[in-house]
Amino acid sequence: MNELIQTLVTIGVVFGAVLGICAYLVLLERKVSARMQDRVGPNRVGPWGLLQPLADGIKLVLKEDPTPVHVDVLLYRIAPMISVFTTLLAFAVVPFGPVGQAPWFMRFIIAPNIDIGIVFVFAITSLAVYGVILGGWASNNKYSALGSLRASAQVVSYEIPLGMSVLGVALLAGSINLEQIMLQQAEGGFWKWNFWYQPLACLVFFTSALAESNRMPFDLPECEQELVGGYHTEYGGFRFAMFFLGEYVHVVTVSFLVSILFFGGWNLPWIATPESAYAGAWLAKIGVLLAKVGAIIVFIMLIRWTIPRFRFDQLMGLAWKVLIPLSLANVVIVMTVLQFGWDRWWLLPASIGLFLMAGLMGVNAKRAEIRRRPRASRPAAWTT
Amino acid sequence: MPIAHKDVTWIEEPEFGFWEATFLPAIAAGLRTTIDHITLNRPVTQQYPEVKPELPQHYRGVHRLNRDEQGRVKCVACMLCATACPANCIAIEAAPAPPEWPDRDKFPATFVLDELRCIYCGMCEEACPVDAIELTHIYDLTAHSRKEMLFDREKLLEVYEETKNNPKDPVRTGRGTLGPASEFGALPAVGPATAVESKDRAAKTESPGVIGKAPPDRYE
Repeated sequence: MNELIQTLVTIGVVFGAVLGICAYLVLLERKVSARMQDRVGPNRVGPWGLLQPLADGIKLVLKEDPTPVHVDVLLYRIAPMISVFTTLLAFAVVPFGPVGQAPWFMRFIIAPNIDIGIVFVFAITSLAVYGVILGGWASNNKYSALGSLRASAQVVSYEIPLGMSVLGVALLAGSINLEQIMLQQAEGGFWKWNFWYQPLACLVFFTSALAESNRMPFDLPECEQELVGGYHTEYGGFRFAMFFLGEYVHVVTVSFLVSILFFGGWNLPWIATPESAYAGAWLAKIGVLLAKVGAIIVFIMLIRWTIPRFRFDQLMGLAWKVLIPLSLANVVIVMTVLQFGWDRWWLLPASIGLFLMAGLMGVNAKRAEIRRRPRASRPAAWTT
Repeated sequence: MPIAHKDVTWIEEPEFGFWEATFLPAIAAGLRTTIDHITLNRPVTQQYPEVKPELPQHYRGVHRLNRDEQGRVKCVACMLCATACPANCIAIEAAPAPPEWPDRDKFPATFVLDELRCIYCGMCEEACPVDAIELTHIYDLTAHSRKEMLFDREKLLEVYEETKNNPKDPVRTGRGTLGPASEFGALPAVGPATAVESKDRAAKTESPGVIGKAPPDRYE
């Protein structure tokens, strides 16, 4: 009975919190975008536009729900549901607090003790691309189809570095259970955060995760300039909102994963350590974790306004020529260190060395490309 | 003519170095720009309905028909504005001026200006010899139908009443008197725009720039 109450309460809390957070993430994103572009942003509904998500929600729900005549109706209707469902489902195994210290009525993870934690998340979130592909295909529109084709190629490519970069973390923790990985880092303290041993993997994971969630600079499936709206061109009203929601939930999931896998979860020196036993310590720990997640989300938004969108061949080149070899080499390094029982701190210089090597190879490749590039002949007399 | 070689500047692609290959310094510099914008927060937005825009003095908005100091419509129905109008949006019906108006022959019986058709070029204002039609600073013109946007004489005179005391919309000539353009005989002679040589016809006239002889009694 207690189990059931815990599960239901947790699901309710997670569902409500995630949806609410997503609504306000849209507002935050609009505010950040506005500030970046020297605008004001939403400020009409409520003070500082704080009721804007509510107004948007009401608008989207009350909007007409047209189904174009030329679409495949079943797939057209299912696609946004898949998009939301899968991204929300992935949250089932993501711990959002100190799991062992929850109050009696809830847990800090919906499905505890799932030993395949990360694999489950990857399996489910990569299903989200079905929503994109089906939506684009069912729309029977060339722009949508192109968007979904791009999405399939992109997501499939970036799955590989995404999984490979986590392999190192999994090897270090000896587990792919997200609770275990978080607990080990949290109990070890600041210097046991995986970021110190796997900075390169963190970078690769973050980059691939951006691509997985179709965020700038990897939002080729929905780039407005080339594809009108990409896969959701034909969608409007609440169905479009579901796609949008799916994307934002994905961003939240990814941010949770980054902070759990690499930045120690709820651990923060002096404030939230395993020893901290003051009243409401679990609340502080949730706060720390959420603050980390929030920082990563804001960073993702900053990245959006910093890096322009990749060209598609550059996108594929980044995945296959840079990220996959890098993450492979990283896994090999981790395995070597573990096999020979060397000190884990060797992983930090090794990661940096790997990164520098990649930079050297990159500069050589680019210079070779510049040398081979056809150029206008320049008369000797034209030297100024 | 080909461009001289010394005028050609060859620009080399900047050297692609190690740090460029790693992308990180470029991303950091970009992030700095982003964060600068976000933290400094100097919006250029104008909160329109609360804050009205500061329009330039020469802004061209809705037209008005001026009145002279006796309250009569200044327009003399000369059709110059309708002729000058490139959008062909002015329709004037002239009628003989009443006998108690000795200073003019005609006045507009109807004066209809299609505000939707107008392109707000201001040529009517330039063409008007008596400064009767002027463009104001009113820009938020709305109506419920196209018909309402056909401004007749009374409506254009209402615009005048509405805007005559606005410092942005000065009645550009002395109120009530006909403008200098109407006093053709007293018009100061304008020098020719191009260089005049002594054999030119314009150089032989009494006042330079005026070809032919202005009949002195035309407007009297």
